[in-house]
Amino acid sequence: MAEKISLLVNGGKITADAGVSLAAALMNAGFVRFGTSVMAEPRGPLCGMGICMACRVQVNGQRGIRSCQTPVREGMEVVLDA
Amino acid sequence: MPEPSTPVESCDVLVAGGGPAGIAAACTAAASGAAVILVDDNSAPGGQIWRSRRKHPQKGLAGDWLAKFSAVTVRRLFGHRVVAAPQPRLLLVEGPDGAVFIRCGKLILATGARELFLPFPGWTLPNVVGAGAIQALTKSGLDVRGKRVILAGSGPLLPAVAAHLKHAGADVAFIAEQASAAKLLRFGFGLLGRSGKLRQAFTLWRRIRPWRITPGSWPVCVEKSESGLKVVIQSGVARHTLYADYLACGFGLVPNNELAILVGCAVGSGGFVQVNHENAASVDWVYAVGELTGIGGVEKGVVEGQIAGSAATKQAVDRVLLRQRAAAVKFAAALADTFALRAEVRNLADAQTVICRCEDVRLAALSGLQDARELKLQTRCGMGPCQARICGPILQLLGLPGQPSVRPPIQPCRLKTLAAQIKE
Repeated sequence: MAEKISLLVNGGKITADAGVSLAAALMNAGFVRFGTSVMAEPRGPLCGMGICMACRVQVNGQRGIRSCQTPVREGMEVVLDA
Repeated sequence: MPEPSTPVESCDVLVAGGGPAGIAAACTAAASGAAVILVDDNSAPGGQIWRSRRKHPQKGLAGDWLAKFSAVTVRRLFGHRVVAAPQPRLLLVEGPDGAVFIRCGKLILATGARELFLPFPGWTLPNVVGAGAIQALTKSGLDVRGKRVILAGSGPLLPAVAAHLKHAGADVAFIAEQASAAKLLRFGFGLLGRSGKLRQAFTLWRRIRPWRITPGSWPVCVEKSESGLKVVIQSGVARHTLYADYLACGFGLVPNNELAILVGCAVGSGGFVQVNHENAASVDWVYAVGELTGIGGVEKGVVEGQIAGSAATKQAVDRVLLRQRAAAVKFAAALADTFALRAEVRNLADAQTVICRCEDVRLAALSGLQDARELKLQTRCGMGPCQARICGPILQLLGLPGQPSVRPPIQPCRLKTLAAQIKE
């Protein structure tokens, strides 16, 4: 079994396998909407490879982090739709 | 205030991109004893195609090259991206710990390709993703077990992703390939002369047989419903409505040519970097390899990487490689012809369909504009965080102005990185 780690997403705790990307961890935890477009439409990951910028979230206070290029870390504090 | 302490590293050969072509280039250049640095945005070698499935050791060509790469003396800067090229042979690179300048004798560009996305009503909904994207996300831990996926688009990526998803436990409900059955058949006969490719195609076909690909079909629109995504598929004259958790679309690949353009390389039609038979670009210190010079897959990338790795370090280029390159380039042309997008697929967007996802610019707002400058000033199209990487190729396909200019920084970066100065 993969080692489990936990992170805080919008204040709630989720668990993920160590080594997965943050985008995958969030989708596995049921998050579909990662952000809101300028016209207030819901958006989620599109390209999965760091180019479209649609999967950006706030991580440990830093905004604009591409979750598909970011491995999960124990204790990460993540804010979606920030 | 300029940042006084930006470190400067030097090397004989800098390789930008750690996919198959970049790995082959770095290994070959390092074999000559040259000092080699490889920079890649991802956290591990392999690029998109050899992105390691967690804890699954890779086999075949991928396994061989990844093992070779782990054994050579190359400075590896993963999690790093090139932001600017302030002078010839000098690149500004940003990593997790800040900025670094890299001075190089030669630059080998192996920046690969990204997916071509096409706009159709509903394509901006969450869970409408790229075909390569769902594969990349699955490899990085997305659990697709029991998820219903519709694959749509064009090209050999679709059956490859279908096989991958099936293996990961997904239910692939439909594979819509826009190319006609006649074109696919002709392409299949063409493969008869290439035993390796034919064997690959046969293996894939056996693995995905249960669903079959439906040629001459494409997605028309998608909307959110209580049973997931409601997807309308055009197939010949018929329209089917299907439901799925994910709609994964891959209409082809476009080269990541921003860095190439930034350093002054000439690009031809489709945005591919123009190179000679040894993969030298039009700028004398730059080589370009792999998907950047034409979409041809892993074999082409590995061959071109070795050629450029030799040429950039003044080693004699193996003639066998040059012959393999010629065959790979021919195969790339056959791919481009077979999977060329039909007009119906290029024109699925209606007036209210978003074209630029970052700035929510709809098709209706883009008519009657003269040039790229006016398009940007009037609509902000292409000016959001992705910097037209998604909508740029779409504008071109739709025949609209707006092929964006490339200016530094070519990747979003910290202000501190922009302020980095080189001490002369």
